[in-house]
Amino acid sequence: MRFAVVVFPGSNCDMDMLFAIQDALGEDVEYISHRDQDLSRFDAVLLPGGFSYGDYLRSGSIASFSPIMESVKAFAQADKPILGVCNGFQVLLESGLLPGAMKRNENLKFICQTTPVIVANNETQFTSEYQQDERIQLPIAHAEGNYECDDATLEKLEQHNQIVFRYADNPNGSKGDIAGICNEKGNVLGMMPHPERAVDSLLGSADGLRLFQSILVNWREHHAVTS
Amino acid sequence: MPLLLEPNSNEIKEKKLYAEMGLTDDEFQKIERLLGRTPNYTETGIFSVMWSEHCSYKKSKPLLSKFPTEGERVLQGPGEGAGIIDIGNDLAVAFKIESHNHPSAIEPYQGAATGVGGIIRDVFSMGARPIALLNSLRFGELDHPRTRYLFEEVVNGIAGYGNCVGIPTVGGEIQFDDCYKGNPLVNAMCVGLIRHEDIQVGQAKGIGNTVMYIGSATGRDGIHGATFASEELTDDSAEDRPAVQVGDPFMEKLLIEACLEMVKCDALVGIQDMGAAGLTSSASEMASKAGTGIELNLDRVPQREQGMTPYEMMLSESQERMLVVVEKGREHEIKEIVSKYDLEAVEVGHVIEEQQFRLKFQGEIVTDVPVDALAEDAPVYQMPSKTPKKISQTQSTIEIENAEKVLEQLLQQPTIASKEWVYQQYDHQVQTNTVVQPGSDAAVLRVRGTNKAIAMTTDCNSRYLHLNPNRGGQIAIAEAARNIVCSGAEPVAITDCLNFGNPDKPEVFWMMEQATDGMAEACELLNTPVISGNVSLYNETNGTSVYPTPVIGMVGLVHDVKHITTQHAQQVGDYVYLIGDSTSEIGGSELQKLLIGRYEGDAPELDLNVERTRLQSLLGSIQNGLVSSAHDVSEGGLAVALAEKVMTTQFGLNVELNGQDLIELFSETQSRFVVTVQPEQSEAFEKSVDAKRIGSVTNDSQLSVAFNGEKVIHQSVDHLTNLWKGALPCLVKSKA
Repeated sequence: MRFAVVVFPGSNCDMDMLFAIQDALGEDVEYISHRDQDLSRFDAVLLPGGFSYGDYLRSGSIASFSPIMESVKAFAQADKPILGVCNGFQVLLESGLLPGAMKRNENLKFICQTTPVIVANNETQFTSEYQQDERIQLPIAHAEGNYECDDATLEKLEQHNQIVFRYADNPNGSKGDIAGICNEKGNVLGMMPHPERAVDSLLGSADGLRLFQSILVNWREHHAVTS
Repeated sequence: MPLLLEPNSNEIKEKKLYAEMGLTDDEFQKIERLLGRTPNYTETGIFSVMWSEHCSYKKSKPLLSKFPTEGERVLQGPGEGAGIIDIGNDLAVAFKIESHNHPSAIEPYQGAATGVGGIIRDVFSMGARPIALLNSLRFGELDHPRTRYLFEEVVNGIAGYGNCVGIPTVGGEIQFDDCYKGNPLVNAMCVGLIRHEDIQVGQAKGIGNTVMYIGSATGRDGIHGATFASEELTDDSAEDRPAVQVGDPFMEKLLIEACLEMVKCDALVGIQDMGAAGLTSSASEMASKAGTGIELNLDRVPQREQGMTPYEMMLSESQERMLVVVEKGREHEIKEIVSKYDLEAVEVGHVIEEQQFRLKFQGEIVTDVPVDALAEDAPVYQMPSKTPKKISQTQSTIEIENAEKVLEQLLQQPTIASKEWVYQQYDHQVQTNTVVQPGSDAAVLRVRGTNKAIAMTTDCNSRYLHLNPNRGGQIAIAEAARNIVCSGAEPVAITDCLNFGNPDKPEVFWMMEQATDGMAEACELLNTPVISGNVSLYNETNGTSVYPTPVIGMVGLVHDVKHITTQHAQQVGDYVYLIGDSTSEIGGSELQKLLIGRYEGDAPELDLNVERTRLQSLLGSIQNGLVSSAHDVSEGGLAVALAEKVMTTQFGLNVELNGQDLIELFSETQSRFVVTVQPEQSEAFEKSVDAKRIGSVTNDSQLSVAFNGEKVIHQSVDHLTNLWKGALPCLVKSKA
């Protein structure tokens, strides 16, 4: 399986994402520039964390106008898996691939800590290797991770089982304790916690690895059926 | 024509305008002699920044020469952007610490942020990828509203910059004392990783080679920043706000990636960041080190504002700018690399044979001075030194009745209290190498692709230096080494940031002499050479100096990730050992501050030979897998160290001690460690380390301490943890 890690100017978790796929998952992965538009050789697209364009204007906002994002939208249309983490989640929100917006954390400060997260839906291609309602440990590191949407959207998210991760101990004020959501089709996931930082127990937690393994397992199944 | 508005040479001399730029009469005369004429306005400005203490170390050089700077692992000693040590596997570690005290006192967010930005550039200009940031901060007491503002904004500035550039802030230390009220200290350290073959130097070699400018355009910010940093702060210092620069971490991130790609290209000859004294120092130092000259065409310098004069361009300290020397004819290769990062490389000059620093502007030569006059011929002063009156001859006696209450109070002192409120605001995990996060003795980062790790810490207890600068200097090094060893690493080298008051005062200079003597001796004995550093003088407010504060940044090598050890108890049933006896020394202790509100007497004793023996035996036993956890005893003494072993864990401790006086629970006797050892390892441990078994790790989450058979502390660990963690957020929020 071949993964793309999109590098925007100011992305800074791109290396971590690359290492997670290459070393921990053991699959093919390469960087792709925000200027590129060809995603045809990839099976999954990863939008990494960081401060694309310095978070100037609004986090994720300028990056959502990058040339690559047109291709990312087409990739989503084609039902292929897209994962946006932290700033990558913010980019997905800004480009309309996922509903809602991010406000500054409730305490108005950047928060970096490892926090308990509940797998609220294990029936997605990103979470099938977890148990339903499993409590996992994932690092968070953001200043703007306070998820906000209107009540109708929240209701829709609940109805369609689009809330994939919830905080067990809400650190930032997110509505509905939301830590990660997917689109209705379930092939685009955005999440504030960093699974790529939790793939090696030497660093404290390897709970994030199963997210990438889920993507791989589902791709293989799908691939076996279609080929 | 703006130049006409500038004073001419005669006016500079007659009206002594050079004095406003910080040059003395003697220095101005020396410049005249070196040039054979009177300098013009731009030249006077250039000399004033290059000859400022910040750039020339003219008053501290004789002291710095005492430090050992060589060792088997040292690849690059002081003099370049950062020092470099070899860690094997063809890899090396570059690191340096630097101060940004004065800017932070005036504009704390930008002052701290640009301090971080500057030290990062020092490291990647060596060709190293920055992998970690640390800091060392000093503030006044948090009961003062402005101190709370400074504290919050400095932390905010460090977070704002470090988080954005994607370098984890993994460690640091913060001390609160009244002497820092008007002049906080903000020292930032950066650690980078580099392959031997990629090591760069800041040299302008090769006559005819092209000088290129990369990064932010030059603006009018930070003009005379280096000079500003070399003066005392006064009530009017806020008027110097234009001397504080504004940072753009996004630009820095682009520069990091562009420069690290550039160092792989052999068209690059030399690279240096524009730090203090900006374009002036980077260009002239690169030429001076290569024995060449440089000619710059200032019309080509990217400018943020219209109508900038040569004086303004040369003295600007606008951030996020790099100067590179490129092989002639291959400029396009560099341009191509940087354009990938949406940056531009602009040809601004070239290397010349004549060893002159020559600037052209609108067709005229506006500066033409010998390169060495700027970089090498700066005066060096032997400052007069005088032993001050002893801080205090006597030491008030202290009695302790309720040890548990004292422990609870000590855990809430901001210097001892948990710094979680601070480091949670720093991304300490990005780059996914952080094995030991903030909150243990030293931070530890794995080195990807190897079995090794590196440990790093910043330390300095300035209260000891205040009472006894020589011994305090020794203790600062020793404490850093203890933190490194407790994490399972071998101490390798240090960087230092010498924060002192006004060196023109003989009593202050005496303290500098004493402190550096003590440091040099300790570095020699503990085999940790000084490979880089920075001097920050004139840390005074309205005539009152801060405590002598030579901050030590130490890096150690973990030979095998298996050796990585933290301060926290690991397993129920493990034995608790104390290495070193406790005496009732309280000079400069947190206990003294708590009970009498000031520091008196002498700093604690230190025997460097004993220190070395204990460090070696402890490290050996850690490396042999005999130790479960290790922690040094520092502020707050043994009782606080014991609490720190179990706070944030689910364990408790049951400890029995004997002694003369309850004070021994809180005294800060040096060279002590608390370690836990599995019972089955205890025999081997006792053979290799001279330690006393004092108790065991329990599963009841109680800290229980008996002294001479009587229970003096019996408290739930949760309760202690809440006090310890809650103190800082509570102090910050208080509006009293």
